[in-house]
Amino acid sequence: MSSRDLILGRVRRALADVPRDDTPYEQAVERGYLREHGGRSVEQTVDLLAENLADYRAIVHRTDAEELPYLIMRLLAARGPQYVLVPPGLPPEWMSAADPTRVHDRAASTPHELDKVESVVTGCALAIAETGTLVLDGGPDQGRRRITLVPDHHICVVRVPDQVVSSVPQALERLDPTRPLTWISGPSATSDIELDRVEGVHGPRTLEVVLVSGE
Amino acid sequence: MSGGTFVGMPAFPKAAHEAVNNPTLRGNLRHATHTIRAKRAVAVAELDDWAALREAGKQIKDHTLRHLDRYLVQLEESVTAAGGIVHWAADADEANRIVADLVKMTGESEVVKVKSMATQEIGLNEALEAEGIHAYETDLAELIVQLGKDRPSHILVPAIHRNRGEIRDIFAREMGEWGRPAPEGLTDTPAELAEAARLHLRDKFLRAKVGISGANFMVAETGTLMVVESEGNGRMCLTLPETLISVVGIEKIVPTWQDLEVFLQTLPRSSTAERMNPYTSMWTGTTDADGPQTFHLVLIDNGRTDTLADEVGRQALRCIRCSACLNVCPVYERAGGHAYGSVYPGPIGAILSPQLRGTASEIDASLPYASSLCGACYEVCPVAIDIPEVLVHLRERIAEGGQATREGNKVVLKPAKGHAAERAAMRAARWAFSHPGALRTGQRLASRTRRFHPRSLPGPGKAWSDTRDLPTVPAEPFRDWWQRTHGGKDTDK
Repeated sequence: MSSRDLILGRVRRALADVPRDDTPYEQAVERGYLREHGGRSVEQTVDLLAENLADYRAIVHRTDAEELPYLIMRLLAARGPQYVLVPPGLPPEWMSAADPTRVHDRAASTPHELDKVESVVTGCALAIAETGTLVLDGGPDQGRRRITLVPDHHICVVRVPDQVVSSVPQALERLDPTRPLTWISGPSATSDIELDRVEGVHGPRTLEVVLVSGE
Repeated sequence: MSGGTFVGMPAFPKAAHEAVNNPTLRGNLRHATHTIRAKRAVAVAELDDWAALREAGKQIKDHTLRHLDRYLVQLEESVTAAGGIVHWAADADEANRIVADLVKMTGESEVVKVKSMATQEIGLNEALEAEGIHAYETDLAELIVQLGKDRPSHILVPAIHRNRGEIRDIFAREMGEWGRPAPEGLTDTPAELAEAARLHLRDKFLRAKVGISGANFMVAETGTLMVVESEGNGRMCLTLPETLISVVGIEKIVPTWQDLEVFLQTLPRSSTAERMNPYTSMWTGTTDADGPQTFHLVLIDNGRTDTLADEVGRQALRCIRCSACLNVCPVYERAGGHAYGSVYPGPIGAILSPQLRGTASEIDASLPYASSLCGACYEVCPVAIDIPEVLVHLRERIAEGGQATREGNKVVLKPAKGHAAERAAMRAARWAFSHPGALRTGQRLASRTRRFHPRSLPGPGKAWSDTRDLPTVPAEPFRDWWQRTHGGKDTDK
């Protein structure tokens, strides 16, 4: 007998006491929990996102579409990277004022090559206000998962309010599970030493989030 | 901490006795558990629907367990349709063999690992080592444990028993043996220690061809797997290698994509007391040109179906490994995780390990007694596992014997040896209570000889009275007092 049949057989025998139950799954579980916590206006939801991002040590900036290229230029200039990674579908105007050489992630580029790049600029799929979370789904303005992982500095642009949801349940409704998803809440961190939170281990040690309005 | 495995551990009372007498360990544990306990309470208080989320989590997991065969088959179909390859392993040996063979097929002799309870449970690192494959733990705490040739002592923070000074010493001494040595003049600040780990592991990540992980959840409907973590080591292992092998217990399924909305709210707050952990990765099979192009899922039983067969004990399979129960447990706080002799320490370990492994060994038979039954573990559990109920159920099984399932077969367990004195005492009490004359004589005799009673019990009762004060016998038995003051009549009637 294959291990598959062995395990499935054991499961069925183990459940011999359980009465047959064909209740459809939508009715089988009581979902008495909330779809979002507390009532907020759209502005308040964006403010909460900014507050929760900052609480987990992301650096939050707010700007509008017109100023965005200059803000990105200044953020990059402050760190002075020679190269900056950009996903293939990043709106070109975001980088129109930036000085560093743009590097595109190619399938052939090795992780070692990515490691030489200091900064990366991406968009996101959405952001969750209640938890201070950015979600990337590999869309054209976000690129492959590795580009937001290996460089030490990540600038992530969130369009507000369109890309902001209040809660985790609202986020899952809008996401496509067939895409590879990365949820980011603040920069890389560890609490493994005496439960002291330290930012920055393997992922980007600096996460800058730009909330851009009016696009 | 010899050898880094749990094989041949002494029973809990003996192991705990040593831990309780180690002031550094007690200090480290007290600091850590109290810190996280306070933070968790704040994080949970932010959600005013916590009770409803907890109930939904419990119901989702119970429903899944009650239809586990259906969801396993559905998961296999979805993962396969998404480009993954599913393997089934009945026990630890089979799982280890499957993983070793998969690694060998890639031609690699090194793998990077995301922290995973399932791979620890089956002893994967040791099994791979025996096949000439080096497995590098990449979670900071797991790295501390691996470099220190130590054993993990907590589900979430495996090196919780180490303080910063001890960690500095381990890094300075051991890192050079495994790869890039620790920087010169390394101090014990957590930031510098984290930086040393970053540098040490970076080359391993960048050249790794095979990654091994577990999963926090698997979605039957979509075939999606999910890993939550903080450091980015998980993201590195899940996306940079060409081949990804995920080893996951069969109970980790949830039926639908929507179900994640419950656990993504309860798990981070219960475990690290955060609104959300810094990184969550979800992947559904393979994606063209993004991440590993070969994905294997190894589903393991290893005692889970035996646990499922126990009507009271099966609720332990709801566990989402958040470790909240460890942090509130007065016994864990004093005894530490190693005393439990298993990768699953604390209250959940006390019910999970003896069910997964059976109660034949001394350590497993002692675990259901490693509790004061105070109930704090049940209160904090985000999936409402009634740990005290299962502890009492397992105690009864150990003391009285009875039906159980081992490797899919029904067996009748004999009462455990160590409980002969307890059973004899109970038999004697039963006899005395059904013979009122003898009880009266005995009680009077006890009262009259009270001056001569010893302070501790002789024989098999000695261990019990080592840590407890014997109750003093009153000068007059209650029944005599009642007879004397009320004339044996109930005056209220």
